[in-house]
Amino acid sequence: MSKYILLLGASSDIAKAIARRYAQEKFNFYLAGRRLPELEKDAIDLNIRYGVQATALPFDMLDFNNHAAFYRSLEPKPTGTICVAGYLGEQKEAETNAGEALRIMATNYTGCASILNIVANDYETRKEGFIVGISSVAGDRGRASNYLYGSAKAGFTAYLSGLRNRLSKAGVPVLTVKPGFVNTKMTEGLPLNPVLTAQPEEVANDIYKAQISGKNVIYTKWFWRFIMLIITSIPEGIFKKLKL
Amino acid sequence: MKVTNWGNYPKIDTNFQGFSSIEELQNIVSTTDKLVARGLGRCYGDSALSQNIVSTLRHNRILAFNDITGQITCESGVSLAEVLEVCVPKGWFIPVTPGTKFVTVGGAVASDVHGKNHHVEGSFSNHINSLDILLSNGNVVTCSKNLNSELFWATCGGMGLTGIILQVTFGLKRIETAYIKQEIIKARNLEEIMEVFEASESFTYSVSWIDCLAQGKSQGRSIMMRAEHAKQTDLKPGTPPLQLPKKRKLAVPLDFPSFALNSLSVKAFNFLYYHKAPGKLTESIIDYDTFFYPLDSIHQWNRIYGKRGFTQYQFVLPKENSRTGLKEILNQISQSGQGSFLAVLKLFGKQNDLINFPKEGYTLALDFAINDKVFPLLDELDKVVLANGGRLYLTKDVRMNADFFRKTYANSEAFIKLKHTFDSSNKFQSLQSQRLHI
Repeated sequence: MSKYILLLGASSDIAKAIARRYAQEKFNFYLAGRRLPELEKDAIDLNIRYGVQATALPFDMLDFNNHAAFYRSLEPKPTGTICVAGYLGEQKEAETNAGEALRIMATNYTGCASILNIVANDYETRKEGFIVGISSVAGDRGRASNYLYGSAKAGFTAYLSGLRNRLSKAGVPVLTVKPGFVNTKMTEGLPLNPVLTAQPEEVANDIYKAQISGKNVIYTKWFWRFIMLIITSIPEGIFKKLKL
Repeated sequence: MKVTNWGNYPKIDTNFQGFSSIEELQNIVSTTDKLVARGLGRCYGDSALSQNIVSTLRHNRILAFNDITGQITCESGVSLAEVLEVCVPKGWFIPVTPGTKFVTVGGAVASDVHGKNHHVEGSFSNHINSLDILLSNGNVVTCSKNLNSELFWATCGGMGLTGIILQVTFGLKRIETAYIKQEIIKARNLEEIMEVFEASESFTYSVSWIDCLAQGKSQGRSIMMRAEHAKQTDLKPGTPPLQLPKKRKLAVPLDFPSFALNSLSVKAFNFLYYHKAPGKLTESIIDYDTFFYPLDSIHQWNRIYGKRGFTQYQFVLPKENSRTGLKEILNQISQSGQGSFLAVLKLFGKQNDLINFPKEGYTLALDFAINDKVFPLLDELDKVVLANGGRLYLTKDVRMNADFFRKTYANSEAFIKLKHTFDSSNKFQSLQSQRLHI
């Protein structure tokens, strides 16, 4: 039997690691993203390394009008959908440039909600499938340095929570993933604390384990749950004065 | 951020970037000078250190593998460990492998790595079909032994100074099993081990561990390991020929304090290691990991040399001068009391390409913890290497001087000229190339 996973935003480092992790379990893939030539190379690599099938498909998170047609074109329909798309953007730039602000919000929230609505309707009708959304610890509390990104991720986190609530009746699990620091292109060259920073492979493995065991919300690395507990517990009167 | 290579010396603050697509790399190259590519950082010294480093580790896809012809195409950040995972179950093996599988394919080309089969199968470049290289002007050029051959030969062993290696197509070798049929032979001194090497030329793989601290009649006592890929008939019936059982990994969790390694502890280790081998000649079947990569099973073994790090002094001496040169160097080491834990001796076959390290003769690789006495000792050893027509392996080097490099690498002038032809803006530089005035 050939089971497919739809990977949305497939060219990120976390998405690649997720693909390699699930490929070990012999899943096939729809690699959906904007950079088709790169995704085609990723597809070949997955086939050579793991003997699975992978198809590269052009997909733009911001092109809402095409989301339904895109999903209709998938045959067979994916058993699982993992939404990895994310765009950190430039906070400072976005404070004055509406285009940048909208791009951050659409890539991290509205676009994801648009395509997952379509996927969810299908899974709900068929009473099968699973959905994984990669949100972020940045969505747990807005900070001056990246609150546009953070607020979009907060929206996405709330969206996934609601979706989980709705789809539980249909037996379709929804997993929310909140990574902390991850060693990716996004963070390359930054002096991140190595103890706090996960490798994409660790994140992928955490996601796989949480997904098969039916978890609802995970932080990765796991201790970010406690770091964020502290951060969200700081009274607003103090928090607003911190340099974050 | 802070970057260091396998020797943990030197450790420098540098601008570190990476890329996955060629476009991203072109962006970096067009805006950055004094740049060198880095893979898994298994060179020992400063070859892959520079003011600006571009990591190839995210450029890591296997783009083609033909399991009928054994030809494979990898992006430069793919590690040999990853290649093995793909090719061994299909009955193929890496044609030339260094003593660790945690090097990238790009690094293997830039160092033109050699292995235990050098006397039979040459170095890594011998098995390359073609390379794609990004030059400093942003162009991607394909080269091989026939096409743009000057670029090809200046890149194999060229320490990343001609451009950034993007992808490599090379030929794998057929194997029947993932196991190695090994013979272990004890040699009581240098004369004996050299005789054993001469008598072992028909073996595909040969290498020996040598006790550098033994003196007098036992000077140069060694344990030779010579081997072939095992055939299916060599295995116990029922053994899956191409799958290895999973093994546990050990790790060195922290830097050892510097007093842990002293001449007494090294002497004791070498004594035990020598006497652990039971008879004069023993035969066994072992898996390829155990044979080729004994130290890879101990994660971060480089930490045993402590915080200050270590260096490896690997030289080769022409065959006719090997005996006298080796004796002199062993004398100097045992007099100095500077312990070398792992000393590896190997007889190379013939090779004479543009900028490669191996040439026919004996190569010895010695590890030294970094301390104040080590560099003067190595300067003394340099004199012996120079006097005997030898040279040092650039991949292990962290301290040779420009004059020594020019005198010992016969083609150094031609190499330097080519490097500046392909990289006219002298964009690609490492701390090593700056030190060697390349």
